[in-house]
Amino acid sequence: MSSTAVTAGKASSNVPDAAGRFGEFGRRFVPETLMHALEELTVEYARAKADPEFNRRLNELLRTFVGRPNPLYFAERLTEMCGGAQIYFKREDLNHTGAHKINNTMGQALLTMRMGKKRVIAETGAGQHGVATATACARFGLPCVVYMGEEDIRRQKLNVFIMRTMGAEVRPVTSGSRTLRDAINEAMRDWMSSVEDTHYILGSVVGPHPFPMIVRDFQSVIGREAREQSLETIGRLPDEVVACVGGGSNSAGMFYPFVDDAGVELTGVEAGGRGDKPGEHASTLTYGTKGVLHGSYSYVLQDPDGQTMDVHSISAGLDYPGVGPEHSYWRDTGRVNYVNIRDQHALDTVQLVARTEGILPALESSHAIAYAMDRARQRKPNEVIVVCLSGRGDKDVNEVARLTGQDL
Amino acid sequence: MAFMPFLTAGDPNLAVTTRLIEELSSAGADLIEIGFPYSDPIADGPVIQSSYTRALGARLHIPEIFVAIGAVAKKIRTPLVAMVSYAIIFRIGNEAFVKLAAESGFAGLIVPDLPGDEADEFQTLVGSHGLDLIQLVAPTTPADRSARILKNASGFVYCIAVAGTTGAREGLAPQLADMLKTLRTQTTLPLAVGFGLSRPEQVEQLRGLADGAIVGSAIVRHLEELSTNPGKLEDVVSRLVQYARSIAAAAHTSR
Ligand SMILES: Cc1ncc(COP(=O)(O)O)c(C=O)c1O
Repeated sequence: MSSTAVTAGKASSNVPDAAGRFGEFGRRFVPETLMHALEELTVEYARAKADPEFNRRLNELLRTFVGRPNPLYFAERLTEMCGGAQIYFKREDLNHTGAHKINNTMGQALLTMRMGKKRVIAETGAGQHGVATATACARFGLPCVVYMGEEDIRRQKLNVFIMRTMGAEVRPVTSGSRTLRDAINEAMRDWMSSVEDTHYILGSVVGPHPFPMIVRDFQSVIGREAREQSLETIGRLPDEVVACVGGGSNSAGMFYPFVDDAGVELTGVEAGGRGDKPGEHASTLTYGTKGVLHGSYSYVLQDPDGQTMDVHSISAGLDYPGVGPEHSYWRDTGRVNYVNIRDQHALDTVQLVARTEGILPALESSHAIAYAMDRARQRKPNEVIVVCLSGRGDKDVNEVARLTGQDL
Repeated sequence: MAFMPFLTAGDPNLAVTTRLIEELSSAGADLIEIGFPYSDPIADGPVIQSSYTRALGARLHIPEIFVAIGAVAKKIRTPLVAMVSYAIIFRIGNEAFVKLAAESGFAGLIVPDLPGDEADEFQTLVGSHGLDLIQLVAPTTPADRSARILKNASGFVYCIAVAGTTGAREGLAPQLADMLKTLRTQTTLPLAVGFGLSRPEQVEQLRGLADGAIVGSAIVRHLEELSTNPGKLEDVVSRLVQYARSIAAAAHTSR
C-alpha cells in the first residue's frame, strides 16, 4: 500500500478521501460484483448528506422514535467509590432498542428507500445491530434478513426472539467460528447475489468504503451530543473520553467529534478475553497486524499466512478479529490510545455498576466502564471522564447468570 | 473453447493436488486454476468454502503450495494460474508473493477481492515479473466500468456468469450473452466464463460467445467424499477425470 499518505503525525477529521482512505487504511477489497453497488451507495449518500429534507427526516426519527438526545449522566456513587476523576455516562442504553446501533440503522434504512432498494440484509454479533435493523425495517415495512452465528444465537437468545417478533428472518450461520466474523461473510455472500434490489445495512465502521464513513457519520450524533452536553453541564470539554471497540462504531461515533479537540484524551477499550495469547482475546489494535479483512485494509488478528485467527470475548459484540480502518488510522497517528479489559473484569463491572448506579450495562459497555474506573483512580477529582455506555445489559442476563452460576 | 478447471491447493493434501494437476492436464485442460485456501472467502459458495476449510484444517501453509507447484509445473505444458485473496498476498508481502508465484511457475494471478480500481500498482508489479493479473468483470459491472477495467488487462478476461458466489447452477443467466457481446467490443483478449458452470450443455451454449469455460465447484465437489472416506482416492480421481474429460470434450468441440 505504498501509494498512500504517511499516517504518522496529526490525525485529520477530514477523512476518508474519495478512494475511502483513512491515511493508508480503508479502501475497497471486494469482488467486482459488489463494486457498482458501493459506487452507487457512495454517490447517493453524498446526496443524502447534503439534502436538508433527508436530515430533517432523520433528526425527527432520532427524536421521536429513538428518543434522542439521551442524557449525559453523572455516575456519582461510582465516582465516589473510585475516589478520583468524575465519571459521566453517555446513555446510549436509553435509546429505543437499548443500544447505539439504532442511530445507524435509521439512517441506513432511509438510504435504502432513497436508493429504491426493496430488501435489507444485516449481520449481527450481540444481536443489538440485528434488533436495530429489524426495528428500522418494521418501521418502514422493509423485508429483513439477519445473519447471526450459531454461537451468538445461543449467547443472545433474547435478541433473536425480538428480531423474529419484529418480523425479521434470523438465519443461523454455521461456518467457521459461528460468530460475528462468519455472519459478515454470510451477509456479504447474500449481497453478492441480491445486490441489485437489496441494501446491506452493515452494523459497524468496518467493510469496504463507504461503510466505515457512513456508519461513523450516523453514529457521530453520540459524540456531538456528548460534546455539547459537557459544555453545558461541566462548562468545558472532558479530559478523557472512553468507549469500547468491537468493530468500532460506538467508539468512532463518540470520538469523531472530539478528534480536533487536542486537549481531550481518547481511549478505546478492546476485549482482553481470557489472556494475551492468540485465540484468547479480541484485541485487534493491540496484537493485530496490518491486513485485509471483509473488504477493508486495517489491523487484523491473522496468522503469518493472512488467515484470520479465531478470537474470544465474553461479549458477542466485541468478539471480532478486525476493526474499522479509521481506528487503525487513529492508532497509528497516536490520536486514540487503545487498551484492553479482560472477561472477568467486565463481568464483575456489570454487577458493580448495577449495584452502585442502578444501571445494568451491556457486557460490551462494561469493558469501557471498567477501564474508566481504573483511569478515574489515577486522575484528580476535578478531572472528568465521559464513558460511552453503548447499550443496556438485558440481552446478557442469561449469559451473566450462567457465568456467575446463578439460575434465571 | 478452452477448458479451465479449478482445484483447491491442499484438498485433501498437496500430493493429491499435484497428481490431479497432471491428470487434468492430460484430460485436456487448457489452463488450471489453483485456489489458495483462505479463511474468509466471501466470493465463494459452500462447495469451495468447505474445500478451503478442509485444506486449512489439514494445516496447509501458503509456502508449501509454492513448493508443490514448483515441482509439478515443470512436468506439464498447461499454464497454472493462482486464484488467491488479496488478504494472503498482502500478508506475505506483494513483492515476495509475486516473486514466489513467478519462481514456482505460475503464469498468472486472479485476485477476486482486488477490483480494477485498486489494482494499478499491483498490476505493474505482477507484469514486471512476467505474469498476468487476470481482471474480472461481473454482470453488475456497467459498460463504462468494464471498459476502464479492461484498458490495461492482460492474459484473459474472467467473465463472472452470475451475480452471486461460486457454485454449480442449472442454466446460464439470460444476460450473459449480451455481456459477452459488449466485452468483445471492448477487448481483444480471450473471454473466459466462470461461476455456475457444471454441465457440458452449458459449455456448448457458450459456443461463439466465449473462449474459455471455467469449472470450479463441480470439480472440487468430487473431493468431498475423501474427508470421510480417504480410502476412496482412486475411485474419486477416476470419476473426477472422467467428468473433466466430458467437459473438455464439450469445450473442444464448440470452438
Ligand atoms: C451494546 C454494544 N456495545 C458495543 C458493541 C460493539 O460494536 P461497535 O464497536 O461497533 O460499537 C455492540 C455490538 O454488538 C453492542 O451491542
